[in-house]
Amino acid sequence: MSANEIKIKLTINGAPWEGEVPVEMTLLRFLRERLALSGAKEGCGIGECGACTILVDGRPVNSCMMLAVEADGASLRTVEGEAQGGELSPLQRAFVEHHAVQCGFCTPGMLMSAQALLERNPSPTDDEIIEAIAGNLCRCTGYAAIIAAIRSVCPTDHPRAGGDA
Amino acid sequence: MTVHRYVGGNHVRQDAFDKVTGEADYVHDLALPGMLHARIKISPHASARIVKVDVSQALALPGVRVVLTGEELDHQLGLYMADKRILARGVVRYQGEPVVAVAAESEAIAAEACELVQVEYEPLPAVLDVEAALAEGAALVHPDLHTYSHMKGVFFPVPHSNIAHHQKIRKGDVERGFVEADFVFENSFQNPPVQHVPLETHAVIARALTRDRMDVTTSAQSPFTVRNILAHTFKVPHNNVRVRIPHVGGGFGGKAGIHLEPLAYMLSRRAGGRPVKIVATREEEFNTLPSRQGLKTRLKTGVTREGKLVAVKAQYLWDAGAHADYGVNIGRAAATAGAGPYSVPNCHVDSLVVYTNKVFGTAFRGFGHLEVMWGVERNLDIIAHQLGISPREIRERNFLRPGESTITGEIFTESHGRPDLCLQKVAEAVGYEPKSPPATIPTGKVRGRGIASLHKAPAMPVFTSCSCIIKLNEDASAQVLISGVDYGQGTYTALAGIAAQELSIPVETVQVVFDQDTATQPYDWQTVASRFAFMGGNAVIAAAGDCLDQLRQTAAQVLHAPVDDLICEDGTIRVRQNPDQALTYQQVVQGYTYENGNSIGGPVIGRGRYIAQGLTHLDPQTGQGKAAINWTYGAHAVEIEVDTDTGEVEIVNIASCFDAGRVLHEGLCRTQVEGGVLQGLGSTLTEGFRFDELGRLLNPSFVDYKIPTAKDMPRKMSQHFVETPQLDGPHGARGIGEHPMIAVPSAVGNALFDALGIQFHELPLTPERVYLTIKRARARAHRNSER
Repeated sequence: MSANEIKIKLTINGAPWEGEVPVEMTLLRFLRERLALSGAKEGCGIGECGACTILVDGRPVNSCMMLAVEADGASLRTVEGEAQGGELSPLQRAFVEHHAVQCGFCTPGMLMSAQALLERNPSPTDDEIIEAIAGNLCRCTGYAAIIAAIRSVCPTDHPRAGGDA
Repeated sequence: MTVHRYVGGNHVRQDAFDKVTGEADYVHDLALPGMLHARIKISPHASARIVKVDVSQALALPGVRVVLTGEELDHQLGLYMADKRILARGVVRYQGEPVVAVAAESEAIAAEACELVQVEYEPLPAVLDVEAALAEGAALVHPDLHTYSHMKGVFFPVPHSNIAHHQKIRKGDVERGFVEADFVFENSFQNPPVQHVPLETHAVIARALTRDRMDVTTSAQSPFTVRNILAHTFKVPHNNVRVRIPHVGGGFGGKAGIHLEPLAYMLSRRAGGRPVKIVATREEEFNTLPSRQGLKTRLKTGVTREGKLVAVKAQYLWDAGAHADYGVNIGRAAATAGAGPYSVPNCHVDSLVVYTNKVFGTAFRGFGHLEVMWGVERNLDIIAHQLGISPREIRERNFLRPGESTITGEIFTESHGRPDLCLQKVAEAVGYEPKSPPATIPTGKVRGRGIASLHKAPAMPVFTSCSCIIKLNEDASAQVLISGVDYGQGTYTALAGIAAQELSIPVETVQVVFDQDTATQPYDWQTVASRFAFMGGNAVIAAAGDCLDQLRQTAAQVLHAPVDDLICEDGTIRVRQNPDQALTYQQVVQGYTYENGNSIGGPVIGRGRYIAQGLTHLDPQTGQGKAAINWTYGAHAVEIEVDTDTGEVEIVNIASCFDAGRVLHEGLCRTQVEGGVLQGLGSTLTEGFRFDELGRLLNPSFVDYKIPTAKDMPRKMSQHFVETPQLDGPHGARGIGEHPMIAVPSAVGNALFDALGIQFHELPLTPERVYLTIKRARARAHRNSER
């Protein structure tokens, strides 16, 4: 182990991983360059756009703002782990059906923010949905289709605001 | 039998699965063996002479392979006007201009090396404003403009000035029109430069190969234009240049033309052919790569008492920034639309594309029309108020009607579209009612409604074309090869629907191939201007027809029937009068084999093409001619709530309508409008570059430059379509990709007047601007009341 590398142990999309990472390496770079998981994107590198959002122990995190060594012991989930056995997750399917995807660059991060919301709050209101994805910039869709997609996988119906799709 | 009808339907996007699973690859995600990473050192000055560049320390840094300066590069390039250098040479022309580039074993090393490069500058006077740039004795951004190569006969730079292009439109006699008019009004308006902000920044991987060949994988909108400019710049045959484009994370015009590709190639060449990757940082995306041009508008309008337009004299001063290689065409295209969708018997437009020492402009969704319509549509409301008629009436009295001519002399016909119907639909959708604005400035939260109309035609050279190949596979599925790029707008999905319907096969069996490659895909001009669905759709129809012809020719021999008696339906070729006499596509797609083994036919590969029809060069002095293959008309109506205590504007309801000719795909048209409208609201409410007095960009980050988030969505949005078939459009369709953004600011500005009785002339309508404008208006009203 070189002086500026630290050994870490974590779970990535359910599989254990153990190895050494440079202390200055961001979690995003670690995922993209070490684990070849390029779903999470870098849109700004300063935690403002949300394209790099992944789940760390179930919580959405801008992986460009976290060091890989900080993920020691954590359970990580990226967009690559969402489809199981070739089957899209209900949320992924909803994004497909509602045309909630255009250029797609924000989509992996958007999906993970929304997935985290649904796991802690299966029946969010529109305001809660908007709050949950407010840190994920999308320049293409205008968000309406994204919100409609998230809403469509919620079991209960709340009063609606914003968008029409 | 299944009837395969997909046009106007709502089938799944071609790219949806790859994008929700993270499988879609963007240039950001790609790497090649031995690849180096490059970073650039940018100019800190808006205008300066480069006195000395010392790269010795950078070269000495372990891991650095190439340090490249502008002195080593002789090339000058550009799309319509060759006014760009790969790296600054001799002088820098804007803060953010690339000066030195480093390729190294890692991005971190390249970045460190850039810090070690020492550049000595001698600051020069900068021109930061279009009017200053036009003043007598202004410093010249490009003193050698008269020597630059450009598209002749189309663009008219003025030698020894800062004018990159002067577009003139002359119709009728504008001065006589002012004499005949009952009233003449003069107003001016202003738009700042605005960034496209694709979520994926520009990225490229270039590999220089032996014998002057290059392989370039890039995040670009137009593979063949990138190839063409690279071939011309480096004086190599087109076959030597291979351009590939994987998924692209948004473009909006910012990735049209050519950007970092020549630099990556030169670095690779210097690195002995090792591939070089450049990924723009977000800051570089803001202040090194191009934005939308700023605009200053002056309108002089002569009208009758009834509000009929008699004469319009417009001056459009485009703030091109330091380069106008693309911007010249914006000044041209927007001028041809420069009086709005109205009949104007006497019109005089001077559209000047002006160099300044700022980050340069390029195409941005709508190509100058959002900017022009800000003035045109605000101006009409101001005039309507002065005349005491409603904003809706003044538009309805002036809309182009069949038989009338546009300002470039094109005759408007029934099939051009229905601007009037678009306006009617949106006005109804938000409950727009004519009312007098408040006599005194109200306080608290105030509601207002506004409308605005729009039009836009694709801006393109007269010879613009598109081609398509459809390959039928062994299982009778189809692969569509076409080289416009789908960077999110969904065109491939619309084209898949057209192909499936024409071929009469399930849309699920049609694949439009995403990875673009100039070595294997057929030619297309550029993915810009809302022309891809139109031209690509026509090319797809032609290619599908060619496939069917080939299927019928082989089947005719097998079925012993005349070709003309064969119909292709639901994957089957039948004899019309005897439906039992039939072959499946699958039996014929790779050639038909008789029982004895004899085979005929062969793989079916359909070819289709389309070239712009009927365009003419515009007269250089009058701008008269046919500039447009089609016009898309539309309108927005909006209800806002403005808080007079904070200046905040909230969008309560916005309705948008476009005459799409034919809606090719219900869901994609709707979501395209949703996205475009919100992007338009960004230009309306928050977005715009700010520069300091030295021309340095003050807001090149997401912290200081805010694009709309989910929280900025209107409380209600609705999308409406009129379908007046475009006679030469695919299934009657015309483009709608850019239009959702155009005139959104105008509608909001008009609603602000409705709410407050205050006229806004400048974008964006930030809380600060709105609040201060209200405050000034109150002070003025107070002074007047004391007199």
